[in-house]
Amino acid sequence: MARYVCKRVLLAIVTVFIITLITFFTMNAIPGGPFNSEKASSPQVRAALEKRYNLDKPLPEQYILYMGGLFQGDMGISTKTGRDIRQTITESFKVSAKIGGLAALLATIVGVIMGSIAALRRNTVIDRLIVFFSTLSTAVPSFVLATLLLYFFCIRLDWISVWDTENQNIILPVIALALYPTAYITRLTKTSMLDVLNQDYIRTARAKGVARPKVIFKHALRNALIPVITYVGPMLAYILTGSMVVESIFTIGGLGSKFVTGITNRDYPMIMGTTIFLAVLMVTMNLISDIVYKIVDPRITFD
Amino acid sequence: MSEKILDVRNLHTSFRTDAGEVRAVNGVSFNLEEGKSLGIVGESGSGKSVTAYSILQILTGNGRVTGGEILFRGEDILKYTPQQMRQFRGKKCSIIFQDPMTSLNPTFTIGNQLMEAILLHTDRTKKEARDRAEELLTLVGVNEPKRRLKQYPHELSGGMRQRIMIAMALSSEPDILIADEPTTALDVTIQAQILELMQELQKKIGMAIIMVTHDLGVIAEMCDEIIVMYGGRVCERGSADDIFYGPAHEYTKGLLRSIPSVNGQKEKLIPIAGTPINLLNMPKGCAFCSRCDNALKICLEEVPEEELVSPGHYASCWLNVKKRMEGSGEAAS
Repeated sequence: MARYVCKRVLLAIVTVFIITLITFFTMNAIPGGPFNSEKASSPQVRAALEKRYNLDKPLPEQYILYMGGLFQGDMGISTKTGRDIRQTITESFKVSAKIGGLAALLATIVGVIMGSIAALRRNTVIDRLIVFFSTLSTAVPSFVLATLLLYFFCIRLDWISVWDTENQNIILPVIALALYPTAYITRLTKTSMLDVLNQDYIRTARAKGVARPKVIFKHALRNALIPVITYVGPMLAYILTGSMVVESIFTIGGLGSKFVTGITNRDYPMIMGTTIFLAVLMVTMNLISDIVYKIVDPRITFD
Repeated sequence: MSEKILDVRNLHTSFRTDAGEVRAVNGVSFNLEEGKSLGIVGESGSGKSVTAYSILQILTGNGRVTGGEILFRGEDILKYTPQQMRQFRGKKCSIIFQDPMTSLNPTFTIGNQLMEAILLHTDRTKKEARDRAEELLTLVGVNEPKRRLKQYPHELSGGMRQRIMIAMALSSEPDILIADEPTTALDVTIQAQILELMQELQKKIGMAIIMVTHDLGVIAEMCDEIIVMYGGRVCERGSADDIFYGPAHEYTKGLLRSIPSVNGQKEKLIPIAGTPINLLNMPKGCAFCSRCDNALKICLEEVPEEELVSPGHYASCWLNVKKRMEGSGEAAS
């Protein structure tokens, strides 16, 4: 187990390293740079700025300088705002993670419950309703949903203020973010639960005289959750880093919007910083879900 | 004659499917005496496993017993409340299944699953249950019981898992043990070991066994009484000697012709021609009619009634009726 984790961590480092390499060079290959989107500045000012950000040096050297800084925990400063990238990422991640974490939790709990109910009440009205809503939720894009939520709850019903500088309400963005994963987990749980309920060991449990709730919660659910776990890990990484769409509609300064504005501004340090952060998060979540997988299903062996 | 522990009367079980109602068991009757072994033989789809599952009410969601009575010590278990039924399952009557590879839950340890059965039906503490689990594993011939309790099913061989299933089934010393093709999925050498173990345990614990199988060899070795099933009906029932030495139903005769003999002579095996009937579309007459070489006109029209062949030996075949009528006709003339 320990050996496996070590191996995976090493592999993860290699993966992240390769990602930095690809991102750095493709980013520089796109036309434009941090300082030529602005209104024309004098060549002297531009040269001074480029010198400050090491942009005057050849690309490989720039990369080595960046990586050197990264190893010391320095992610550079934004070419747009001049603010420290690490601080910006930490701050906006806090916002995204709070909303994303709640959304992931909501999606997992509601999804598993709905999926189990649909499987246990198969071919009843409840099942049909659950299937209908989960199909609908997978089909509706998040920007449509987010807009509809804003329209109904903030404007028509006036329950929640559209925007509040002090105490921004997070219920609506959480719902908007959670809907798709909820629907996905619901369907995943249903299929997997139906499959598990037909397994021989469920019959064995019934034949032993185990009461139905215990058959379902002990014997079936644990096995049914195995595919759900493989989905939840990467989903968590995606959802925690925030969604640009949802964040811009609800005007939340999260990581998702920083990432996208970073790209449009050709804010090189920002692009690198957010990509690396996302990569690390993704790789970690995958590793965690694999370990949880092993704990739930003893048949899975490492190496 | 010892006491009847189980009396199944005119049992009907069917499954609702998209294609229609599948009548898997159509009026099966038999009884089981205390401490005896009953064999249920038949080919795939003959309703033998469904009969067994009907007794324990562990049919899949779309299956239900639609008629008849199952009397356990005189009480109709079909009238049991769900709670009484749970007390019956595992405690009074337990079952071992065909495939030991899939019958144990892969995500729980052997100890957990074994102790679950023990804790359900006896008033033991967790520690006592663990001791009992160890004792049971020793009883069924599993080596290193202490270590096995901590292992997961995938770490054990098929034969070992079947022993664990047996240990689980015996945890509360049931009155009846149903064995649903317990050796079909195992190697021949392991088969013999498992059958031997079951016989030994039957002597020790004194439970009655219902052995469901398609293997006549297993039946010959294990059973006192035999019922032969075809198309969800009993075609013949009687003692092992009656069935093997004086079969009175064409299907039973066919089955016996299709087993190889071991006396070294190279005889050609005679298979039963045709395929099993479609339970969705049951014929009007005898279910075996379309595959029977000696079928009569009446076989197509009417289901034969069960008739006494000799004391304790019953068969449902029109040919017997014909023979009897000819016999009495000759006697009369």
